[in-house]
Amino acid sequence: MPINYYIFLSLALFCIGITGVLVRRNAIIIFMCIELMLNAVNLLLVAFSKMHTAAATAAGQANVGADGQLFVFFIMVVAAAEVSVGLAIIVMMYRNIHSVDVNFLNRLKH
Amino acid sequence: MSITQILFWLLSVIAIFSALMVVSSKNPVYSVLWLILTFFSISGHYILLNAQFLAIVNIIVYAGAIMVLFLFVIMLMNLNKETEPQKHKWLRMAGAIAGGALLLVLVAALKNVDIKNQEALVNEGNVGLIKNLGRELFTTYVVPFEISSILFLSAMVGTIVIGKKE
Repeated sequence: MPINYYIFLSLALFCIGITGVLVRRNAIIIFMCIELMLNAVNLLLVAFSKMHTAAATAAGQANVGADGQLFVFFIMVVAAAEVSVGLAIIVMMYRNIHSVDVNFLNRLKH
Repeated sequence: MSITQILFWLLSVIAIFSALMVVSSKNPVYSVLWLILTFFSISGHYILLNAQFLAIVNIIVYAGAIMVLFLFVIMLMNLNKETEPQKHKWLRMAGAIAGGALLLVLVAALKNVDIKNQEALVNEGNVGLIKNLGRELFTTYVVPFEISSILFLSAMVGTIVIGKKE
């Protein structure tokens, strides 16, 4: 599969995520769009890792490209930690101002 | 057209369509469900690229743990269509135009890159199998792995401290 297709697929997903962050006001949806952008980057990293595998197999080396996939693994680890802390912050914000609208948060106080 | 190509296009269409539905759904619960579909189609892409370990981790961590957490928080807050905050029409349009313009610029910039004739190895190669990745993880990347466990511990403590009622 040409690497171009993967680049454009990831770009489309990433830009949909950015559009979601710009368009929506619900803090949880914005958070979900950030997850979408992280996943687009992950997909592109895996595709590039397999691209390097293809190039190295042609040159006679085996098992090149594990770095990219491990990087994706670490991104997933960081994303899981980020989601737990972020959702805790959103729950605390909802408890204080009874809303998840980001426009109420633009002064960082209530 | 081989079966791999058909699967690639099918998964891509599902991924992009459900991503669009995540952004455009009025009800947050539907957004979460569409996002789960997006993650499943991205996992399908990983399987197609023969990265089985990441496909399984993606399903377990994202579609399993993270989305359950999102759904749980949304249901805890009792959000629905009526309480959903809406931006002004012009602001929404400006956001959509800005996102589309970014897509246009990036596609135009990456249309003629040097690597465009390279192929991503689909359906073969054993780099993504758990044996190779595990060996690499516990030899070369053992220090970042241990640091990430400390990150998890601090995230857990932080979550409990933030979420606790005073």
